[in-house]
Amino acid sequence: MPVLNIKKFSFTYPGVEHPSLKNINLPIKRHAITALIGPSGCGKSTLLRSMNRIHDLYPGNKYEGKIEFTDQDKSVSDILEIKKENEFIELRQKIGMIFQKPTPFPMSIFENVAYGLKIAGVKNKTELADRVEVALKGSALWKEVHDRLDKSAMGLSGGQQQRLCIARAVAVKPEILLFDEPTSALDPISTGAIEELIVELKKDVSIAIVTHNMQQASRISDFTAFMYLGDLIEFDKTENIFLNPKEKKTEDYITGRFG
Amino acid sequence: MRLIINKIFLGLSIFSALIGLAFLAWILTTLFIKGLSSFHFGLFLNDLIDGGLRNLIVGQMILAGLASIIGIPLGMAAGIYIQEYGRGKYADVIRDLSDIMMSAPSIVIGAFVYAVVVVPTGGTSGFAGAIALAIMMIPVVINTTDNMLSLVPRELREAGIALGASKYKVIIDIVIKAAKVGIMTGILLAFARIIGETAPLLFTSETSNYFSLDLTESFPSLTVSIYDLANEPEESSRDLAWAASFILTVLVLIINLSGRFITRNKK
Amino acid sequence: MEKIFQKLALSSASLVFVLLVGIFITLYSAAKPAIDEFGFDFITNPDWNKEVPIEISSSTAVTPSTNMSDKASSEVKDASIEDEDDMMLDDEDDDMMLDDEDDDVTTKTIYGGLVPIVGTLLTTLIALVFALPIAMGIAVFLAEIAPKNISNVVGIAIELLAAIPSIIFGMWGLYYFAPIIADMFGGYQVSLLTAGLVLGVMILPFMAAITRDSMNTTPAVLKESAYALGATKFEVIKDIIFPYSKVGIIGSIILALGRALGETMAVAFLIGSIFVLPQKITDPTISIPVAMANNFGEASGLGESALFYLALILFIISFAVISIAKFYFLKKAK
Ligand SMILES: Nc1ncnc2c1ncn2[C@@H]1O[C@H](COP(=O)(O)OP(=O)(O)OP(=O)(O)O)[C@@H](O)[C@H]1O
Ligand SMILES: [Mg+2]
Repeated sequence: MPVLNIKKFSFTYPGVEHPSLKNINLPIKRHAITALIGPSGCGKSTLLRSMNRIHDLYPGNKYEGKIEFTDQDKSVSDILEIKKENEFIELRQKIGMIFQKPTPFPMSIFENVAYGLKIAGVKNKTELADRVEVALKGSALWKEVHDRLDKSAMGLSGGQQQRLCIARAVAVKPEILLFDEPTSALDPISTGAIEELIVELKKDVSIAIVTHNMQQASRISDFTAFMYLGDLIEFDKTENIFLNPKEKKTEDYITGRFG
Repeated sequence: MRLIINKIFLGLSIFSALIGLAFLAWILTTLFIKGLSSFHFGLFLNDLIDGGLRNLIVGQMILAGLASIIGIPLGMAAGIYIQEYGRGKYADVIRDLSDIMMSAPSIVIGAFVYAVVVVPTGGTSGFAGAIALAIMMIPVVINTTDNMLSLVPRELREAGIALGASKYKVIIDIVIKAAKVGIMTGILLAFARIIGETAPLLFTSETSNYFSLDLTESFPSLTVSIYDLANEPEESSRDLAWAASFILTVLVLIINLSGRFITRNKK
Repeated sequence: MEKIFQKLALSSASLVFVLLVGIFITLYSAAKPAIDEFGFDFITNPDWNKEVPIEISSSTAVTPSTNMSDKASSEVKDASIEDEDDMMLDDEDDDMMLDDEDDDVTTKTIYGGLVPIVGTLLTTLIALVFALPIAMGIAVFLAEIAPKNISNVVGIAIELLAAIPSIIFGMWGLYYFAPIIADMFGGYQVSLLTAGLVLGVMILPFMAAITRDSMNTTPAVLKESAYALGATKFEVIKDIIFPYSKVGIIGSIILALGRALGETMAVAFLIGSIFVLPQKITDPTISIPVAMANNFGEASGLGESALFYLALILFIISFAVISIAKFYFLKKAK
């Protein structure tokens, strides 16, 4: 049972005639990494941002189809049915998101990681401190920042900031993490650290990641979905996609013939 | 609980926006009702001495127009210096000082012009009023010119220079042209602002009941006369003040809106 | 040609410097007689245009007599404020005091700036207290709550409100707003309170518009990542947008404060224009710009110089306030 099951899903931006996503069928498997690849503008981010309904911050989007979310106690719900504010909040606490550019909040390192916990109602000081520490350790950042937790998060390097954002998302114990090109603004060394971290995280959460970096997809993901012009062209185990793709378009893309 | 706080907060915010709009509506309806009820086209034909506003409207236009003739070239030249020629500290200092001057109390500028123009020349005059308004206008024009020129891509300048044009030619023919719309908008907004000014004119141009084109004498000013009329005890004077305020506001809003319209169309 | 153009540009730029220095020097030299005469005690002396016997002209001796005659002299001045040269009234006013003294003492007029200085600061304070929460609410509405088209329309409306000449606010305030306020809070229609509130209405749109601009500098991804953690809109505004654009917002508020300090016309209609320290918020008083607007024409000699002294003080205050906004806050925000 996949944690997210996207069925016959179409998405249209406001004021745009044609849907940006057409009839997508895609499972996001539990405790696995699913990579979304495809040329620029094919709809990877649009699909990813549908999974936690972050699109709904802006009015006028049209959804069709279903995105079934099976949570830990096996209850199934369609996240496209969500209408109430509190349901949105619950959904987003279960499905975290990490963006292309690091997004440290204008507060201290500690406050950043504790933020999601605090708004979720964790008040106990020691519990907060413990969970922040666990999250930072889990994001391989603890060693670098444990002596300056009260300093502004803006002072960290880009790679550290990105790991901080991962720690922040992990701290609320989500079931799914969505990554939108999390390393494309980083240098190779920071990228390596983040990739390791993502693979590590798979133990606890299910992951969907958008990437432009083919090597990255083949290095870390278990499944890969190739998208083109709003269609899902092919979805399979990562080694199948890269070693013997069934579709001509997929092959052209991964061999660098276009895109 | 969080959701309730959220709702309350959003409600308060919407409520304050409504308050803001309510004030706008209140002021505008007051102006329209009071202004229109005492408005008639005779106001444009007679001078204040005969119960009309013609001399005041013409006078205010001349004051603001003259201020623009003085202020726009100076402000633009200064803005060009800051953006195109100035290097290092001096240009930065001028930019900062200009920003400070933009927020200087207008009455203080009136007092300054009183001391350096009115006293030496022996009396209030249209010139003194125009100079006071020009001083109000210069920093605004500098600010716009500076900002708009900074948006012109560097390559455009380099391309001009590469063609062998001299720097001032490039600035006049290429850079200013490229920034024209933005600068025009800024100037219109600056004009809309000074045409409604009262304080700097109180003791520089004062006002006059008669039609006058003589800039060496006290000069008719719509705003100063509104202040005088509004403080008179007779109902008829106050009605005239409302009519004048109505005309002034309509004028200011039209200029302001047309400034915005220009930019809108460009985009 | 190139050289000439460059020189012209340079001299225009230098004109700003010359003007600013010129304003300062001119105000100072015009204020010099009053500065020499009254020194810094000017700032703490509440008496304006008051006859005192020449012997006890030193400022310490003046103060005790002040409170006594405050009420009496103020009422007379209230009436005579438009024509200062009306010596008769002032003489009568001081008669009681003078009786105790030698009959042939010569008198002189003293000027103190305390009342208009206090009036300026208090009206500004009231305006700020009134406008700040509403302006923040409007800014939040425009930046975060309203759909784009509504935000644009309301935004333009608010900016138009900011463009309305201040004299209109004054007239509307006097004839339509003040009566309502006076009914609600009692007291006079012209008072510190009504002047401050109308001033508040006047700076409201300006403050809202620039605060909105500051808030709009918050990157969308930053907001999205907070929402992605399950934050409510209120939490995003409180925890992300305000902290992120804090310096810009404070700078905007100070800029609005600078405007309020120097505003003449909106206040002139409503403050009552009498040189009396207000005892209550609903009492009439005067502010520096209004003191200048209403008395400059008739003043001469020391009186005029004292007005320039006030102008200098106002100029320095607003210079300081705006410099703080510019250099400390708005520079940082960039
Ligand atoms: N807010 C929007 N309104 C209208 N159309 C949009 C909007 N955002 C994206 N689009 C369009 O939707 C399509 C998919 O965009 P999307 O950002 O999902 O692509 P992507 O695959 O993530 O590309 P990239 O690799 O460049 O990030 C594009 O054609 C884009 O132009
Ligand atoms: Mg994308």
